[in-house]
Amino acid sequence: MKIKQGSTWRDVPIGGNILEPGTGAELKTGAWRSDEPVWNGEICISCMNCWLFCPDLAIKLDENGKVAGVDYDYCKGCGLCAAVCPAQKKHDGAHAMTMKSKGGGK
Amino acid sequence: MGTAAAEKNATRVSLTGNDAVANAMRQVDPDIAAVFPITPQTELMHKFSEFVANGKVSTDLVNVESEHSAMSVVVGASAAGARATTATSSAGFALMWEMLYVAAGLRLPIVMPVVNRALNSPLNIHCDHTDTMGARDAGWIQIFSENAQEAYDNTIMAYRIAENKKVLLPTMVTLDGFILSHTQETMEMLPDEDVKKFVGEFKPDHYLLNAQEPMLVGPVDLQDWLFEHKRQNIEATKDAPAVIKEVSDEYSKLSGRPYGFVDAYRADDAELVVIVLGSTGGTAKDAADELRDQGVAAGVVKLRVYRPFPAKEIFDAMPKAKAVAVLDRSISAGLGNGGPVFHELRSFAYEFGKSLPMVNYVYGIGGRDIHSQHVESAFEDLKAVASSGKPGELYRYLNLRD
Repeated sequence: MKIKQGSTWRDVPIGGNILEPGTGAELKTGAWRSDEPVWNGEICISCMNCWLFCPDLAIKLDENGKVAGVDYDYCKGCGLCAAVCPAQKKHDGAHAMTMKSKGGGK
Repeated sequence: MGTAAAEKNATRVSLTGNDAVANAMRQVDPDIAAVFPITPQTELMHKFSEFVANGKVSTDLVNVESEHSAMSVVVGASAAGARATTATSSAGFALMWEMLYVAAGLRLPIVMPVVNRALNSPLNIHCDHTDTMGARDAGWIQIFSENAQEAYDNTIMAYRIAENKKVLLPTMVTLDGFILSHTQETMEMLPDEDVKKFVGEFKPDHYLLNAQEPMLVGPVDLQDWLFEHKRQNIEATKDAPAVIKEVSDEYSKLSGRPYGFVDAYRADDAELVVIVLGSTGGTAKDAADELRDQGVAAGVVKLRVYRPFPAKEIFDAMPKAKAVAVLDRSISAGLGNGGPVFHELRSFAYEFGKSLPMVNYVYGIGGRDIHSQHVESAFEDLKAVASSGKPGELYRYLNLRD
């Protein structure tokens, strides 16, 4: 819901009601993230585990339905995608999705 | 009693306060009613459940596991677009606490009769106003009733007041536990079709079950907007008096019974005035008559609307007052030693530049009897207050072992 600059209590719907659907998309909640997943498209086999488990629909898909990366506008860095990403035998057990600290933590 | 036209249509019936309110709800025929028993409200919803079972109303009755759930059900139903009602007393009212604020904050026009009862402990099931007085800051409109007739009339009017687009606030109608809820009185009941026409259909502008307008109710509202939403509620309580007057005037035409914010009895020339709420209004009027017979200018101002607080109407109703006694049927612990109505009225006296000496009597706690002679003793005390112009002891008690 767009609230114009300079709006007062007189200008917004009563009771905190939001009278249009889908407005959650306007709130870029990715800013809450402290750690973030890093996707390696070179070794990803698109098993879709990360897409299935992501609680925030933040795994991007390409036009063929294959994994295409992380939508950092909404990813909150929970790490579930990295936790369910399978090890690749062909690549010495490496994972396509890994977590990287943004700093501030350990 | 009543105009000729109103009397022609109305039926004289003998009902308890609980039955009277249940019949008002039957005539309104709300969409949803949540039901949970608690003394002394139990018979009210029991009676209404009979109307549901016998097909007298089309209401969906929801049996819930607690009063917190009862209020939650009507909050959800009201947000969905239904006319929703429940009723409670005392501890059940206290258990609704969290949801009382949700109902007001979401601007849901829920109507709830509350049969006033003390709050434990020690355990007590009888009348005082401690339960609803505790919610005086919750954002609900509060209307008090003196007798079964008023409880019936106020319940019908409550739907129109709550649902008005300028108000949209939940409204509680109170009646004194046992004294009114369980006492049979003769009263007039309007024809069903007159009540249905008066309350009309509930047509909210925005509601959850409107497929044409998907909406979200109750989103998180942190530092950035909650303050503004609370300010909107203040505006609604400022707009409410005009709506209450309009609805009450219209109802008065229909019923022949006048309803204002206050009920002033022999007050316009009274020098000694008692302020009171609820069923004790009748007792105080009897006491004032007794004093008038003795040549004392005694009067009574009974509050019908308690929230929004009708301070100006109270002072306007007693222009000649020289001494005032406020009777509180609850104790506001730690606020002086008296009750809330006294402190509120005294605060507004400052705003209106009234230097009236005022004293406070707490009475009737836990259903303690209040007789005409108790109120007469308060009038007697007021003679000294009026002649000295000084209140003396501010906090007094009626019919307490002291």
